[in-house]
Amino acid sequence: MLAKRIIPCLDVKDGQTVKGTNFVNLRQAGDPVELGRAYSEQGADELVFLDITASHEGRKTFTSMVERVALELSIPFTVGGGINELADVDRMLSAGADKVSINSAALRRPGLIDEISSHYGSQVCVVAIDARREEDGKWQCYVNGGRISIGKTLFDWAHEAQERGAGEILFTSMNHDGVKTGFANEALRQLAERLTIPVIASGGAGRMEHFRDAFRLGQADAALAASVFHFGEISIPELKRYLRQENINVRI
Amino acid sequence: MEVAVVDYGAGNIYSVIHALERLGIRPTLTNEAELIRRADKVVFPGQGEARQAMEYLRQTGLDQVIRNLRQPILGICIGQQLMCRHSAEGDVDCLGIFDVPVLRFQPQRHEDKVPHMGWNSLEDVASPLFDGVDDGAYVYFIHSYYVPLCPWTLATTRYIEPFSAALHRDNFYATQFHPEKSGCVGERILKNFLSL
Repeated sequence: MLAKRIIPCLDVKDGQTVKGTNFVNLRQAGDPVELGRAYSEQGADELVFLDITASHEGRKTFTSMVERVALELSIPFTVGGGINELADVDRMLSAGADKVSINSAALRRPGLIDEISSHYGSQVCVVAIDARREEDGKWQCYVNGGRISIGKTLFDWAHEAQERGAGEILFTSMNHDGVKTGFANEALRQLAERLTIPVIASGGAGRMEHFRDAFRLGQADAALAASVFHFGEISIPELKRYLRQENINVRI
Repeated sequence: MEVAVVDYGAGNIYSVIHALERLGIRPTLTNEAELIRRADKVVFPGQGEARQAMEYLRQTGLDQVIRNLRQPILGICIGQQLMCRHSAEGDVDCLGIFDVPVLRFQPQRHEDKVPHMGWNSLEDVASPLFDGVDDGAYVYFIHSYYVPLCPWTLATTRYIEPFSAALHRDNFYATQFHPEKSGCVGERILKNFLSL
């Protein structure tokens, strides 16, 4: 049976991971490759590396980091941040990334999704959507790290992205992100019902039950989290044993 | 050991090269018939589209080279599909090493998403390619077309219906999944292939 995926997300700035971690046995605590390897050994199913660098120099550092990840890790990984055109995608895939995640650039120029999927196949194109549930109950999409609303709703945009050739939707609920009270299960369930491509749940993980609920209630195909893994609040082996006890199929 | 990785313009071949390098091999990426014929082992990787890939193989004569190899060869993902008789992807005749057609997944329920993407488990695994790999081991798949069960099925995976996760006939081996992306299980399978 196809397993539900657990995906740690690493923010990278100037070639170093940003958030502190509780991993003790790393030679270089801030090295994304070392951290990635540690997660891989613990049973992470995929990894996401997000480049949060703004400078050109930082971008180059990120590319060489991607090359090192590809050399050393034997699980799939996605890279995101700063991907605005086909040339950026090409650079990341040539460096060895399996998939790229695009966010604001796709909302500003949706044709980028068509370009990526027709050049490299849908499987490399992850469309990340940051959305917030407004007071009127509608989920609105935001760009630039959640600062600007773009006047598209989550469900319309996710569907459009799918029709244009996205291979997966990575949905982050801005209402739930960082609050650690669980994922946006109702919105996830609606996405799962409306889409025929996999949905990755993001934002809100605090306890192991939250992952169970994202898979069971939210019908997500994968769940992504950062700080609960980085700070050791949840260990991946423990989480997977728990999910299996709860009859959710995971790779152990 | 000389390992040739067949270069036929398919997508991401770096991961399979890196995976071999992690096992201490320096593979040669090549489309030259002589280098492929001379290698001890041949890896036929891939991502891409069946019709384009077959056109390239025919134009370069690599189709005949691959059919006539005597040393162990491992087709991966679309590599496996190209080793079959015919692919529904682009309705194209393939190499015919395995006399079985390649079909597209037909979703039966809303939850049946195509492509089949992620970690799925192997059943009824048979050695030697799967020495040390147990039934139930997880490997990484990403594909929309599949090879049905057939006399050459070497491992089975269930998605929508049971299909061939791996094939074997004589010196020809193939996996639908990506051993180079399948963690330690995949590493073990590549090691087994290299020790054939």
